[in-house]
Amino acid sequence: MAHAAHPPGGQPGTGGDGVTAPGHGGQGGTPAPALQATPKTVLEAAEIHRALTRIAHEIIERTRGAEQVVLLGIPTRGVPLAARLADRITQVEGRPLPHGSLDITMYRDDLRLRPARGLGPTKVPAEGIDGKTVVLVDDVLYSGRTVRAALDALNDLGRPLAVQLAVLVDRGHRELPIRADYVGKNLPTSQREVVRVLLTETDGEDAVLLEPVGDTARPRRGGVTGRKR
Amino acid sequence: MNRHLISAADLSKQDALLVLDTAEELARVADRPIKKLPTLRGRTVVNLFFEDSTRTRISFEAAAKRLSADVINFAVKGSSVTKGESLKDTALTLEAMGADAVVVRHSASGAPHRLAGWVRGSVINAGDGAHEHPTQALLDAFTIRRRFGRGSGEALDGLRVSIVGDVLHSRVARSNVWLLHLLGAEVALVAPPTLLPIAIDDWPCSVSYDLGAALPKSDVVMMLRIQQERMNAAYFPSVREYSRRYGLDTARLRQLPDEAIVMHPGPMNRGVEIAAEVADSPRSTIVEQVANGVSVRMAVLYLLLGGLEAAQ
Repeated sequence: MAHAAHPPGGQPGTGGDGVTAPGHGGQGGTPAPALQATPKTVLEAAEIHRALTRIAHEIIERTRGAEQVVLLGIPTRGVPLAARLADRITQVEGRPLPHGSLDITMYRDDLRLRPARGLGPTKVPAEGIDGKTVVLVDDVLYSGRTVRAALDALNDLGRPLAVQLAVLVDRGHRELPIRADYVGKNLPTSQREVVRVLLTETDGEDAVLLEPVGDTARPRRGGVTGRKR
Repeated sequence: MNRHLISAADLSKQDALLVLDTAEELARVADRPIKKLPTLRGRTVVNLFFEDSTRTRISFEAAAKRLSADVINFAVKGSSVTKGESLKDTALTLEAMGADAVVVRHSASGAPHRLAGWVRGSVINAGDGAHEHPTQALLDAFTIRRRFGRGSGEALDGLRVSIVGDVLHSRVARSNVWLLHLLGAEVALVAPPTLLPIAIDDWPCSVSYDLGAALPKSDVVMMLRIQQERMNAAYFPSVREYSRRYGLDTARLRQLPDEAIVMHPGPMNRGVEIAAEVADSPRSTIVEQVANGVSVRMAVLYLLLGGLEAAQ
């Protein structure tokens, strides 16, 4: 059930943050075979490292020492990114930073367009989120629908003082009035392209790839991880 | 996973683990200040109970409500069924009201299967005659997995489960044998010969008549209720004698390995198949089973109703 294919014909306005390549139904990291064109590497491991370090410093600066900050990663790849940011902030500030994960599957607006899928973990640090500044962390910002769902999910968990958004890649094409507070790289894309983020924790290596979709394929816009977009 | 949940034997191992893993995540919702998810907003779940039930009906109702579905409870008493309405006509009525799922309990084995042919929504078997009760088996598997410290993605390989008592009338036993076997557990049935169904040799489990011998070899003991309401013959000489030979009392509890747990699907006949002190002991998972039932039924409702309607 969770691994079945998409419904045919990408529904207008339901596209998501393209994370994996078309036809790649699982959540794991096996790279999908290149279609007609080879993928272009837009961020290499060292650049991802630098981008995360910069975001960590920006979070510290914007939140005045990140004292009341909780980092929540959105599964799958937002979770290791949140852990890495927490590590870096801990190194700078010298005290542990609470971080966890927030699964948004049950809050998605396109549940009825696809077969039901398995859930990711939601692990909120013991101190909770009430009165804290929650920084949501995701790999790719695309339509903004994942973030909208995350805001709804947060609402059921407590009342943060403020919510901010950190993403590794902003690829544009927003469908909702949502913007990121911290961006690793702004990546202008066409909606026919697919952005794939690979992380050591989930895929064995660090890289961000841009793959042109073969033009015979119907426009399948991301979300192919089977769980988020 | 199929559109309906009629029998535990219809589940693949992958389906069963998906339900248990989903339930594991949904169990955390119970710890939150707002115990509700918006996932099934606008969907209608009908509880159609032709037989008495406390925990199953309430459990399904709580599960559906936590997922924001609308719940219609259909009690047969006071309905047109007492005027002679057939199952099919009742089904068509529900269909006309737009039920997305029908949770059905019926005294006739196979009633949910028939119902599935008449309605467009998903049919979930909440117990049919002496046939099956798949969500009970799923919640039992979930409880066992949690108690033995196994996490998401893990099955029950290597665990020895003894199911004791009135197997003949028990849909819980039937569903559990299939599901626990599927998940890799070794299942043994322990019962007097009169309370075992015929053709038991075809079931994927072993059979014994001696509780004392089975206990030291059990990681899990599942006690079944003596279903007096279904007994139309003398299956054992007296309740006292049954209790003496097949009841779990404190002396027998000591024969179990240290880590072993005691389960009962409820409702219990305290003092018959299980002694009160055993039911209330820390090894008993009876209360946990009820709590886990809500999480597992949420998972089933979500997986059957949460996605694309034609999900197959």
